[in-house]
Order: sequence, then C-alpha cells, then structure tokens
Amino acid sequence: MASDPSLLAGPSPDGPASGGLSGEKTAGGSGFGRYLRGRLTGSVASLVLVYLSSFFIFRVLGGDPLQAIAKDRRMTPEERAALREQLGLDQPLLAQFGKYTADVFSGNFGTSYQYRRPVMELVLERLSATVLLTGTALVLSVAVGLWVGARAGWRHGSRLDRAHVGVSLTLWSAPTFWLGMIVIMIFARQFGLFPVGGMVSHNVGPGLLAETLDVAHHLVLPAITMTAVIYAQYVLVMRSSILDEIGHDYLTTARAKGLRDDLVRRRHAIPNALLPTVTLVFLQLGGVISGAIVTETIFSWPGLGRMVFESIGFRDFPVLQTTFVLFSAAVIVANMCADIAYWFLDPRVRKA
Amino acid sequence: MTLLEVRDLHVTYHSSRGVIPAVRGVDITVEPGQTLGVAGESGCGKSTLALALLRLLPKSAEVTGQVRLNGDDVLTMTWGQLRAVRWAGASIVFQGAMHSLNPVHRVARQIAEPILLHENVSEAEAHGRAVELLGQVGLPAWRARSYPHELSGGQRQRVMIAMALACEPDLIIADEATTALDVMVQAQVLDLIADLVAQRGVGLVMISHDLSVLSAHCQRVAVMYAGKVVELGAAHDVFADARHPYSDALASAFPVIGDVAARHRPRGLGGDPPDPADLPGGCSFHPRCPVAVAECRAAEPQLLPIGASPRLSACFVAQQGKPVRPGTVKEPVT
Repeated sequence: MASDPSLLAGPSPDGPASGGLSGEKTAGGSGFGRYLRGRLTGSVASLVLVYLSSFFIFRVLGGDPLQAIAKDRRMTPEERAALREQLGLDQPLLAQFGKYTADVFSGNFGTSYQYRRPVMELVLERLSATVLLTGTALVLSVAVGLWVGARAGWRHGSRLDRAHVGVSLTLWSAPTFWLGMIVIMIFARQFGLFPVGGMVSHNVGPGLLAETLDVAHHLVLPAITMTAVIYAQYVLVMRSSILDEIGHDYLTTARAKGLRDDLVRRRHAIPNALLPTVTLVFLQLGGVISGAIVTETIFSWPGLGRMVFESIGFRDFPVLQTTFVLFSAAVIVANMCADIAYWFLDPRVRKA
Repeated sequence: MTLLEVRDLHVTYHSSRGVIPAVRGVDITVEPGQTLGVAGESGCGKSTLALALLRLLPKSAEVTGQVRLNGDDVLTMTWGQLRAVRWAGASIVFQGAMHSLNPVHRVARQIAEPILLHENVSEAEAHGRAVELLGQVGLPAWRARSYPHELSGGQRQRVMIAMALACEPDLIIADEATTALDVMVQAQVLDLIADLVAQRGVGLVMISHDLSVLSAHCQRVAVMYAGKVVELGAAHDVFADARHPYSDALASAFPVIGDVAARHRPRGLGGDPPDPADLPGGCSFHPRCPVAVAECRAAEPQLLPIGASPRLSACFVAQQGKPVRPGTVKEPVT
C-alpha cells in the first residue's frame, strides 16, 4: 500500500490541531453538533471534487477502450461505430458526464466493458476479499507498529531502538512485489508451508470450519507481506510521538509519585503519544477499501485492487470511475471518523 | 530524627558540552515541621537540587553525597525502596503546573493515583480522598471531573498542592510553585502552602528566585550561587541584613515599599550567572562582586559561621566582619 507520507503529518489543518486554543463563545448548537457540522461540510465538499475528477481523469489519460475490447479481432468501421454508440462514447464529453451523473443518482454505476456485468455487482463481490486481507494487515501492523514504536521511543538510542528502526525501515523501503516474491519463494515454494496464491482451494471438504481454515491458510502470506511493508510507519510515528512526550514535566510528576517505569510509559506517556497516531490509523482504514493493488496482484488475491489493476489496462471506465469514487469516499469518511475520534480522545479538542 | 539531611551533595551532568557541575557540595538540613527556603537565579542549581532529593534526575547526571530522608539514604536505596519513598515520604509541587499535570487525565484521577499506589485502599475511597483534598485547597468538588486545561494557572497549582498532600508525606518540596502565577494568586497559593504545612507539621523546602517571598514564608533560607550555598540563616535576617554580597543583591532586587533609602541603593546585579561548564577560579561570584578583594580571586571561600549569630556565609569579606555592600552612592540631585 503506497501511502503518501505527507498525509501522515497530522489532522486536517483546520481540525483538532487548532482545537487546543479556546476560541470564541459557542454560537448556536452544542459543542459536538457544531464540531460535527464543520467536519461534515468539509467532507461533502471533498466528495464532490472527487466525483468530478473521477469522471474526467480517466478520459484525459488517453487510450481507447475499443482497442482493448476488440483485442486482436479485426473490426470494421461500422462495427466500431456501433459499439461506440452502444457504450455512449460517441457523445460529447459533457453529455456523457450528464448521463453518468443521472445514472449514479439512480443507483446505476454502469456496466463493465470488460466483464459485461454491472459494476456494483463486481465491486461487492470483491470487497469482502479486500477487506479481509487489508483489514488483517492493518490490525497487525497497527498492533505491532505501535507496540514496537512505543518501546523503541521510550528507550531511544538504545540497541533495541536502533534494531527496531533499522528493521522496519528496511522493510518499508523494500518494494512490495519483490518482498512478496521472496516470501512466496521461501515459504510457498521452498518449504511448501502455504499456498502460492489465491484465496480458496478447490479440494476443500465441506463445512464452515474447513473453509475458514482454508481461507486463513491462504491469508497468511499476503497479510504478512503487507504488514511487513506498512508497519514501519506506525513504528516511526509512535516513536517520534513518544519522543515528543518524553521531555514533558508530567512524566517527571508520574515518576515522582513512585510509579514503575513501565507504568509511567503505559499510563501516562502512551495515552498522550497515541493522539497523533489516530489520524494515521484512520487514514489507513480508508485505504482498507482501496486495498493493496500490488499485494493482491502478486498473490492472485481476488480483491478490488486486482480488479482495478486489470481495468486500467482495459480502459474500463465504469469500473475505474466507480472504484475511484469508492476509494476516495472511504478515505474521506475515515478522515472524518478520525476527527470525531479526536473529540472523544483528546479533552482539549472539546473546548474549541 | 532529622527529617532531611543533605550532606556534600554533588550533581554533575555529563553532556556533549562536557562536564557540567550543577550542584557543588551542598549541605542542608530540615527538621520535622521546619520550612527552608532555597533562593537563587535560574541556573544556580536549585531545581537540580530539588530533583536530586528524590533521584529524579536523568541518567546523564552523576549524583554523589548523601540525601538522608528520615535517616535512609535516598541515593543508595534500591529502586523498590525509592519508589516507596517517592510521594509517600516526600512529594514535590513542581513549577509550571501547566505541564506538570497529565493533559488527558481528569484531576481527581491524578490526585488519587499516588494514594492507590502507596496505600491499600479502594478506588472509590481514593477518589473520595481526592475530592476532599480538592476541598482543602479551595476547589469545589465538581472540579474533580475537570481536565487540567479547563483550569486556570492558580487552580492547576492548587491541584498540584492537593496532589502533593495526597499521601501525607513528611516533606514537601515546592519547586518554583508560584513562579508562573500573577502576584495576587501567587500570594494566595503561598499562604495556602504555608497554612497546610503548618497544620500538618510537615517539613517544607520552598525553592524560588524570589528572596522576598521566601523570607515571608520560610523560617530559614539558603541562598545558592553557581551550585553552592553561599549564605544560610534565619529567613528574615538574610533578607534584611545579608552577609553575602550576592544575597544582598538578591534582596535589593525586591525593594521594600516605603523604604526611601532602598530607592537610591544600587540595585540588581551586573552580568549573567556564570556558565556552570566554565566557572571562574576563586570565589565563583568575584567577577560580579562589588566588594571583591584580591583574596577572592585566589581561593574559594568556605561556608563558615559569621560572628556569634547562627548564620553561615561563604564570603571572605563577610568572614572578616566587613560590610558586604559598597558605600552608599551619593543621592542624585533632584
């Protein structure tokens, strides 16, 4: 999952960051209602922008869907014209946009050029596979990353710290496809411990338990690969967040009270250090939907990411548009959830 | 038994700038129920001294000497013993309560925390005591549910005081407890500390740069300069009749209202406190001293009794019985 590091900086600039300052008197509505309205307005505006760009961006890219659909088959100019008309590609861009919008508002996201099936059907089919893989990887990397980061930061400069940062940074810099291939070579090919790819085997006995175990067996390698690549960001954010807290006087107070060192860390430093990581976790939560295009491709995981990958080659506009809006909406919604979570986690935000 | 007995305490920081002696051989004692003020400019080592009393300094600080609290040496006890002594034996009211309270915990929880840690009581009981303590420092019970940022500076400092009293320690160390507050609130908080300390008969070490505050609230006062105690005596005597030129300068930095002569006295002190990493030879105060003699540049004076009074001063001039204030300047023609 290629996440932009600049996104990791913190909450939205007009959001909780300024929340520490007590502003003017509440003008209408309770604090939370006002806060929520502000966050919602921003989110809706972003969604509209995303929707607009989702339509135009793929058409600006160039490339002709007809070529992909026709593949090597020769088509007469008449056949081409007929297909164009059928797909609505003969209309001017604005007219196409009007029809697309009308369709979207009636719940019709179009038909895939490639699969000749409604886009929504395709998306829903693959959504669960993606959520399973990226969700597992996210939970693992958050848990491992925050735990490792908190310890590394607390003992900064120690051998443990340097080892953890070194390992996680190396994995973070490793290309996913390369790491994935190494993992497949060692654990699937060499030792034969796990399947090479896919999500289900064909020769599984009936029963929920057997099927679940089979999926879990397939899940291990892609989930570990993804975790290895993304957990570093949690290590680094948590570590620097702990380092920010370490000089604070309230930790001296906690020590002076006679608390054990690990209690000072767990009870006092970590709750404060966790705040900046919330944004990161929720941003990644949005990424759960868009999934891991590369990981899914390498492990032949039947998820959304792989479908997008194939659709790009095919210029499958309806699929691309829909998934683009869906992925962006997921990130926007997740970001809004982060803002709302801040309200509950950081008492200082509530005062704004 | 003596409550607090500090013997020959040295604190040396080892940093990238080299070796920095922050505290250089301090001896102080506090009897049960006694109050001792520690005065000095920023950087003179008084906060380092406060943290050293409970071994709260970072690992880069090398601490030698003895800190006996109720007879037990804090510097050599095991971690387990040390944790038991912290807050239950001696607690600290830190400077700048703004940052000394955890921003994401409610104040009652922070006050109850050491009670739960050191005593075998239920959470409800500890919470009840926290609310009670808040009452004693003049905060209403509903404030128990507040977060630190919802309180004013003075209220936060009151919470810190309530917290310091939580485990009924024998000694309270107040480190610049009122420095960040405005003058009116400062007076209230100081009176509060003095009252509570007097009621409970606990010992108090009050650290401040403000000698006038210390002379009003403490029985004895120790003036520190460049990591050493340079004068020690009854608080009012030191303030009114200093026997070290540095204490004299500190005292005259806070003129007495109505004292006409004080207005024309040379006030304040030129220059900055010396860099602890590069102290001048001889008496470390001599480059700023208005009455320095040749002897001051050559040797470092010891803290010795002056005359018959129970007063100690580390100044050759004072030890020879001469005044530590240069001749009064001519009154300007008005």
